[in-house]
Amino acid sequence: MNTATETSLLKNIIASFNSTKSAEDILRQKAIELLEETGLPSAKSEEYKFTPITKILEKKINWTSTTPASSLSSINSFLIKDLAAYLVVLVNGKYSKELSKIGDLQNNLIITSFSEANASAKATIKSHLETVVKSEDSFALINNAFWQEGIFIQVLQNIIVEKPILVLHINDANQEQVISHTRLLVLLEKESQVSIIEKSESIGEQPCLHTFTEEIIVKESATFEYCKIQNDHGQIHQVSNTTILQATSSKVNTFTLTLDGKLIRNNLTIIIDGEQCESHFNGLYLLNGNTIADNHTVVDHQKPNSFSNELYKGIMDDNAKGVFNGKIYVRPNAQKTNAFQSNRNILMSESSTINTKPQLEIWADDVKCSHGCTTGQLDEEALFYLQARGIPHQSAKSMLLYAFALDVLASIKNENLKTYLDQLISERLHKNF
Amino acid sequence: MMLSIKNLQAKIGKKQILNGIDLQVNAGEVHAIMGPNGSGKSTLASVLAGREDYEVTEGEVLFNGKNLFDFEPSDRAAEGIFLAFQYPVEIPGVSTINFMKTAVNKIRQYRGQSPLDAVAFLQLMKEKMKLVEIDQSLLSRSLNEGFSGGEKKRNEIFQMAMLEPKLSILDETDSGLDIDALKIVANGVNSLRSKNNATIVVTHYQRLLDYIVPDFVHVLYKGKIVKSGTKELAKELEAKGYDWIKNEAALV
Repeated sequence: MNTATETSLLKNIIASFNSTKSAEDILRQKAIELLEETGLPSAKSEEYKFTPITKILEKKINWTSTTPASSLSSINSFLIKDLAAYLVVLVNGKYSKELSKIGDLQNNLIITSFSEANASAKATIKSHLETVVKSEDSFALINNAFWQEGIFIQVLQNIIVEKPILVLHINDANQEQVISHTRLLVLLEKESQVSIIEKSESIGEQPCLHTFTEEIIVKESATFEYCKIQNDHGQIHQVSNTTILQATSSKVNTFTLTLDGKLIRNNLTIIIDGEQCESHFNGLYLLNGNTIADNHTVVDHQKPNSFSNELYKGIMDDNAKGVFNGKIYVRPNAQKTNAFQSNRNILMSESSTINTKPQLEIWADDVKCSHGCTTGQLDEEALFYLQARGIPHQSAKSMLLYAFALDVLASIKNENLKTYLDQLISERLHKNF
Repeated sequence: MMLSIKNLQAKIGKKQILNGIDLQVNAGEVHAIMGPNGSGKSTLASVLAGREDYEVTEGEVLFNGKNLFDFEPSDRAAEGIFLAFQYPVEIPGVSTINFMKTAVNKIRQYRGQSPLDAVAFLQLMKEKMKLVEIDQSLLSRSLNEGFSGGEKKRNEIFQMAMLEPKLSILDETDSGLDIDALKIVANGVNSLRSKNNATIVVTHYQRLLDYIVPDFVHVLYKGKIVKSGTKELAKELEAKGYDWIKNEAALV
């Protein structure tokens, strides 16, 4: 039964590709062929064991390649207060020139949609696209085959971009179902520095599916900060495949905040292909209702003398379901690697769940690696302590949850962004103390 | 009368711990509750503060004429009951300052008072810090996290000073303290004593009572008060141990 439905969704995907895409596009064609071989994740797929995505999509999504138009005219409510940023807006997977605010750029910074890129940018895009992602993930393949638009960001050598770049994705499902496939390609040249915020929002009650593919190349001594905010209020299902490739002495900070949506799957892979690299990747998922959020992270130490530190925390309430899988690979010659991982969870209700699995594969013998995961309820003793000082139960609960959650924000440097994230977290935890 | 306990019985799970306690405390008084391990001293303190693990099966407790069991733990604190914990909890991510600011203002809100602003709060804090000889750097840190035993207990007394309770219950505050820390804690408690508030000191040893001198001493054994007296009783217990109390109780 299960197999039959999966096959039918897969068939629809392939049929829709054949009817709309030109076979001349070799990359797309290859992707769809690979997808045909691999298929969609089934209940038995190890990587999607706890996230029955195919079953859910089969039920919710009517596969089509047409994108509905949107009448969205104001995006103010989706912006980040007081944050001066280059603004790139995509609505239903299409770049919106009207809503974006990039302004005049110096010639050492490029921010453009793939569709509007000039000839030289187009050439750079072409030579880098799909060079970082080698993912066999079915949704990476779907994105490779179907992507509608991409955003290309290039920071030239020695350039420090002061303002962050906000890439805002809005899915407008007010009228009908939306399916979006978008890409992000970032090239940080040597000793450059940039901060990118990718934020997804959705409106309307019709179902959505959004596949994201992000390829980020961080060259020698460059610094990259990346913040992903997933705060969709609608019926969105999203899968993102993010790969960051780090060269020698580069620094990467990522933070992923997941609040709302129907089903969120994040595949984040950091490939450390250089020495003296530093990577911090933090995540926070605060889930309620029936949300399913699944973070699969990989840090792949391929060269010696680098450091990675991962901290993901989650609070699950109602019927929410969290999944965390953290892989650390330390390749044979990646000696003197320091790699740390921690995943901590609090379950607030009887019917909320978390499946957490650290996976370390270490081939080198002179390394320092540690991992740990905890799952528990709110500490009753701490709760009583706060109450015994006059703090009512609900406030005491919020106070403890907030304290639990907050340290993941430590790596965020932009104060306005930090304030905004803090506010989102406070609201979610009903912080009123 | 500030506190009136009549025939208080309580259990945890299936285990009956308090077997009918009667105790009256008036404003201005200090009562010591002593007794061997397992006699129910800490249970009594916890039941008064409202810890949920315990089930009250019989009896009544009136606090300033109001039925204490009508109040949630936080409301009991706002009504003026303070429990200094035997084992203060470590709470990472919450500084003592923020914690106290929230607590003070929640209690003020309960009492219909306007919240203290940052300046007024800081002033109050500075004043109380002096009283218990606690350092501000300690209060900026996460609540009790990595504090020594003495620092934790001093922090309890600091919180007591901040909240100005009517009835303070000190649960084994002397445990784990060396003599210098004990003196500081006792000085703090003594300087907070007035004719308007009362203190219940729960302790196993007489030592603390050299510094916090009680008006009355009660001996708890098997969940009942088996003997009451003045501070001389504490001295007698120190000299003779608890066995004679146990023997006397066995005879009754």
